[in-house]
Amino acid sequence: MTLRRVWAWATSLRGRQLWVTLAGALVVDVMTGPSGSLNDPTAGFAGSLLSRRVGIFLLIGFAFWLLVTSRERLAAWSRSWTAAVRPSRWLPSRWYRLAAYGVLLAVAIVLPLVLSPYWQEVAVDQIGVYVLLALGLNVVVGLAGLLDLGYIAFYAIGAYSCAYWTDSLPIHPPFVLNPFATIPFAIAAAMLAGVILGAPTLRLRGDYLAIVTLGFGEIITIYATNLQSVTGGSPGNSRPIPHFSINLFGLHYRWGIDNMPYYYLLLAFVVMVIVFFHNLENSRVGRAWTAIREDEVAAAASGVNTFRYKLLAFAIGASTSGFAGVLFASKIQTITPLSFLLQQSILILVLVIFGGMGSIPGAIVGAAIIQWFPNGLKTYVRKEDLFLYLGALLVVMMIYRPQGLIPSRRRARELALAESGLVEADALTTASRDV
Amino acid sequence: MCVTQHFWDFFVSGLANGFVYALIALGYTLVYGVLQLINFAHSEVFMSGGFGGLFVINFAIGSRHPHGLSSVWFVLVGLAAGAVTGGIVAYILERVAYRPLRRRNAPKLAFLISAIGMSYFLYNLAGKEFGRDARTMKPPFTVSPNKPLFTVFGAPVNLYDAVIAVSAIAMLILLDRVVQRTRLGQGIRAVAQDADTAALMGVNIDRVIAQTFILGGLLGGAAGFLFGLGTAGVSYTMGFTPGIKAFTAAVLGGIGNIRGAMLGGLLLGVVENLSSACFGASWVDVVAFYILVLVLLVRPMGLLGERLGRSA
Repeated sequence: MTLRRVWAWATSLRGRQLWVTLAGALVVDVMTGPSGSLNDPTAGFAGSLLSRRVGIFLLIGFAFWLLVTSRERLAAWSRSWTAAVRPSRWLPSRWYRLAAYGVLLAVAIVLPLVLSPYWQEVAVDQIGVYVLLALGLNVVVGLAGLLDLGYIAFYAIGAYSCAYWTDSLPIHPPFVLNPFATIPFAIAAAMLAGVILGAPTLRLRGDYLAIVTLGFGEIITIYATNLQSVTGGSPGNSRPIPHFSINLFGLHYRWGIDNMPYYYLLLAFVVMVIVFFHNLENSRVGRAWTAIREDEVAAAASGVNTFRYKLLAFAIGASTSGFAGVLFASKIQTITPLSFLLQQSILILVLVIFGGMGSIPGAIVGAAIIQWFPNGLKTYVRKEDLFLYLGALLVVMMIYRPQGLIPSRRRARELALAESGLVEADALTTASRDV
Repeated sequence: MCVTQHFWDFFVSGLANGFVYALIALGYTLVYGVLQLINFAHSEVFMSGGFGGLFVINFAIGSRHPHGLSSVWFVLVGLAAGAVTGGIVAYILERVAYRPLRRRNAPKLAFLISAIGMSYFLYNLAGKEFGRDARTMKPPFTVSPNKPLFTVFGAPVNLYDAVIAVSAIAMLILLDRVVQRTRLGQGIRAVAQDADTAALMGVNIDRVIAQTFILGGLLGGAAGFLFGLGTAGVSYTMGFTPGIKAFTAAVLGGIGNIRGAMLGGLLLGVVENLSSACFGASWVDVVAFYILVLVLLVRPMGLLGERLGRSA
């Protein structure tokens, strides 16, 4: 009799919430616990599950469960936080928003000046470049609702184009350019690659794009490694890629080793890209993407050329990535195939998902937080375990908060509507085949 | 042509790879059949099967030198261990990364993202717990594995190739029977044809989907063991490349189509091996990608068509 009551409680909502929380606590325990090794594969599990740690984690999990489920206000808060859409009480007017952007920009200009050189470098190499990359992927994943898992390949194409046109590769270009002047070439090359890859795939199901891009991201490093006479192979380019420099109308400036000039250059580019993407989102193109996301069949029936707009989003994402590749190549000077590993694509995807699909502030904040994480917690987290945490983060975000940290209002609404079966919230269906 | 000289050599060793691809491809195709989703974490099911098989067989063999009939037993034990590990991991995967999203009626994009997250989580967990170097499996035979057993058209067939082929064929036939003849198979086919109608007819969809994942996981895990046996090593990153290739194989044969996955796997293994003879071993991994793009361009429904899945 009591057994039956225990069972009834254990399978009730609160009971199940307890089990899930405790299981989550155990997973976190193993994730943060000691590592095993080749000779002792159980050491990691034993060290984290059979030591005092496990009690602490289970207690924390239990306390968390107790707090969230028994206090009505906390429970309501956690529900609202994980619900697909949060009612927005505060709707900022246009002027408030502009003022907020102004303040953010001012902070972005002043803040790095007070940072230590180490953090300045993080701000350029890890945050600045990745903000740019996240903004580009945000167009593909967030605005068009497609999944691109080989995004870093276009970054590699941009970087290698820059190296080619500045005569830093074993092969020589017809004429040598300043790194700034290579930007249009790099963008064109990345866009072309995007179109070649997207054209056969996007006519079919959108989810094929994910695996084709995954494969593309993998083979681009194989090409960069194997084509030694073209790319320099695994040691990298033969001559260093020159830093950026301006030599126009009596104005001379060279970007050197110092990080700050790059920071401001990046900031200027990021602001330009944000303005461009913001306008794009609210243009005919952006509305077409929204229509495709919400109902591809209806969009096609209303005269939207779904294939062309999907390809456009994919190409814009690719070219942004190629653009970022130029900035990266010219700063770092030596590029090797190892700079463009597939897991970088996943990292950028995490930035976009964590920040909020389809949300420009989300992409920026996501990039800043996630890229801060490995550097800020370096003493606690082993570097090689980073993707363990990021993978778990992706799953948890998809289960509990698919709209991300700072959701785009429209995207959050779509996700909520998708859950009631009204819209699709992605562009992975098949409508374009018959159109 | 570059392959005329040793055509059958490359053909035979390609066939052995092909059987492994076919087993993994079935996992993709089964899940695609019932959910219309690419299971990005299936390569990690394969990897975990490799580890499961490796630990059990290394423990079971200990310091012995198995020969004769006991070799057969050890191979069976390893296969079972790999399959069970794969099945368990696939089930956990379904419960954690798929079912909560299905309950919420989440968009397809969310499924793909949570699966890719799960894939990264799983393989990095394996790397953390089991070390990041490749581990070697104790051979269950005393015969040198590379010693040719017999020849086909002058091409030597070594022991590993034969073991892989025999166990894969047995599993493929078994799976085909399960899907065609049993109640479970009937459920899978019903859900693949039309999930909503199947639910109205009293099919427990959640249950069928979980069983489909487990079925795919059993095959994938066993393939992981065979792969570890063939290359004599298991590592946490071993799933990625065979995973993509197996997906290519599934598309090549027609995704959602079980016999298509088998055919696609064998074909891909052979074509890949023959082309590696032409272009050099460092280009092997590129071939599958081109085949994938080519199939999508020319015949997106695959060689045998998408029979299990929806027509859309």
